[in-house]
Amino acid sequence: MRWVNEHRARWRGVRWLAWVALVCLGSGIGFLALGEAAELRFPPPDFESGYSMPATQYPSARSQGMEWFDIAVLLATLGTATALVYAKRSRTGLAWLSGFSLLYFGFYREGCVCAIGSVQNVALTVFGTGYALPVGVGVFFAAPLLVALFAGRTFCAAVCPHGALQDLLLVRPVKVPRWLESGLGVLPFIYLGAGVTFAATGAAFLICRFDPFVPIFRLSGSLGMLLTGGAFLVLSLFVGRPYCRFLCPYGALLKVASALSRWRVRVTPDVCTQCRLCPSSCPFGIIREPDPGLMRPKEVSMARRGILVALAALPFLVLAGAGVGWVFGGAAARLHPTVALVEDYGDSLARGVPATPTLPERLALDRAERQSKDLLPRAEELRGKFRMGGLWFGVWCGLVVAMKWISLGMVRRRDEYQPDRTACFACARCFSSCPQERIRLGWSPAPDAVTTHPAIAAVHPVPSAKSGGCGCGPGATGGNP
Amino acid sequence: MLPGPSNDDRTSRREFVRNGLRVAGLTGAGVAVGALSHRGAAADTVWQIDPRKCLSCSRCATECVLEQSAVKCVNWFPICGYCDLCTGYFEPQPIGLDTGAENQLCPTSAILRKFIEDPYFEYKIDEDLCIGCAKCIEGCKLFGNGSFHLQVRHDRCLNCNECAIARSCPGDAFYRAPVEKPYYQFTT
Repeated sequence: MRWVNEHRARWRGVRWLAWVALVCLGSGIGFLALGEAAELRFPPPDFESGYSMPATQYPSARSQGMEWFDIAVLLATLGTATALVYAKRSRTGLAWLSGFSLLYFGFYREGCVCAIGSVQNVALTVFGTGYALPVGVGVFFAAPLLVALFAGRTFCAAVCPHGALQDLLLVRPVKVPRWLESGLGVLPFIYLGAGVTFAATGAAFLICRFDPFVPIFRLSGSLGMLLTGGAFLVLSLFVGRPYCRFLCPYGALLKVASALSRWRVRVTPDVCTQCRLCPSSCPFGIIREPDPGLMRPKEVSMARRGILVALAALPFLVLAGAGVGWVFGGAAARLHPTVALVEDYGDSLARGVPATPTLPERLALDRAERQSKDLLPRAEELRGKFRMGGLWFGVWCGLVVAMKWISLGMVRRRDEYQPDRTACFACARCFSSCPQERIRLGWSPAPDAVTTHPAIAAVHPVPSAKSGGCGCGPGATGGNP
Repeated sequence: MLPGPSNDDRTSRREFVRNGLRVAGLTGAGVAVGALSHRGAAADTVWQIDPRKCLSCSRCATECVLEQSAVKCVNWFPICGYCDLCTGYFEPQPIGLDTGAENQLCPTSAILRKFIEDPYFEYKIDEDLCIGCAKCIEGCKLFGNGSFHLQVRHDRCLNCNECAIARSCPGDAFYRAPVEKPYYQFTT
């Protein structure tokens, strides 16, 4: 940057040259051309040699048609993934589809447009002013959520390039302790709140900026983010989908949507014989064992008391969150470039002697000086926005913690081994661990004894006649016999 | 496991609530899509630089998320002075007014100087070489007509949600241009 300063100083030495040129031209040709080119120092020449000016090239942006193509690919992959999970029950198919999604949405589209980041665009459209949501981004936001309302997280299974990358890398899954899994499960919701808050205040697209995989898709980025991405890749060799489980803000939305899903992924295509083979097949450790949902009176009262305490604590958690958010919101305003500039400008005024900033910084301070009348009120307005944003973020965090607390006391009734539907990525790994599935696929002989065993017949009075079915019918949802 | 109708009742109640919430979710999504499409009637946007605000700080060369910046220098020929002593092309106090590397300002020799007719020279940018450092623009703006200017080239730009250069631009020169008019147009 010193270079430009020197450059400026050295040219000042020959500035008179320019003045001479100016005066000559001004008195000569300039008089004639004064009307049309008054602001140009050197009027464009009239060529006599028949020279024609080259046209300035304007390479066009990616066409709108391609945006529709992206949407079509998204819908097609979503549909295929759902069919592969429910109708074909094919892990191999999903792996191939993951590979395709990774290549198309990941390395070809370079991780943009993606459902995870679209949350912020929606937030900016809803809370911001003057930002129009592009159609493609809207579809990327809505389509996977709508599918999750009916079929669970099939988007995660093989459409999301982030998930696909981690999933395909998973070679030696390590079991994460249940308490840690449960505790870290709060993070996506907090991250979602932070992402929405920052987007809504127009300060930053946090989720995009700190995305660990996009720099890998682009094969370029800041050193810090590339290293973070590398660390996530190494981690996902041993911990299944670390980003999806413990950070992904869109995953938080999908969790909520899939809690309401019409159909659910079932391990067995038929009836669960409770053979206990499937839980270890899930690298994410989310296959839950059958639970009659019956507790001893003492346990019931303990669980009730836990929920009551959590409910009583809820207002306090929310209030505490709001207070903390309000206090830190003002400080976080510095993350907005305008606020940061105004604060730096204030510092430089207070210090008097500037602390040798680099050229861009000095240029920015000069601009702050020139535009201080506009910038100061704007920064104040932004700080107000941040305090409100911080407050709502705090409220959100309080709610998330309270909900987690309440959910700890809830009991789910399960009649068979089944994946926790909010956490299941529908990766289809568990299917082939089920002896019933192996029979369906013809990998094992089908002894009639299995389905007609008196014990099973007692639990499941209707012996299944649809062993080749998809297991996704309405009867499969509630797990009721 | 509880036998009898109470068991069925419980399941169906849960299913009823779930159905209700699902319908609510769908309705909410429908309303949201309607509201957003009403609100976002405007078209898509792309990033662009306003040359009047550009301070030639050279951050465009380094801040872009791409290995080689999407921002390049462009010469707008209609206002170019075709000067022999081009202050965007030559080093301050050049040894000679020729294409010798020691005389050139551009660190990558991306500007091609071609004699047209006495005393005019054409200056063309080789975009493959240009790194968007704005050194030529600084020179052209200080003493020339300002025909050199930086542009976000849309064959390269990834159109990030949050442009990394825009974020650190000291002149606040980046703006979201409507996709139908992706380049800044000079009025001349």
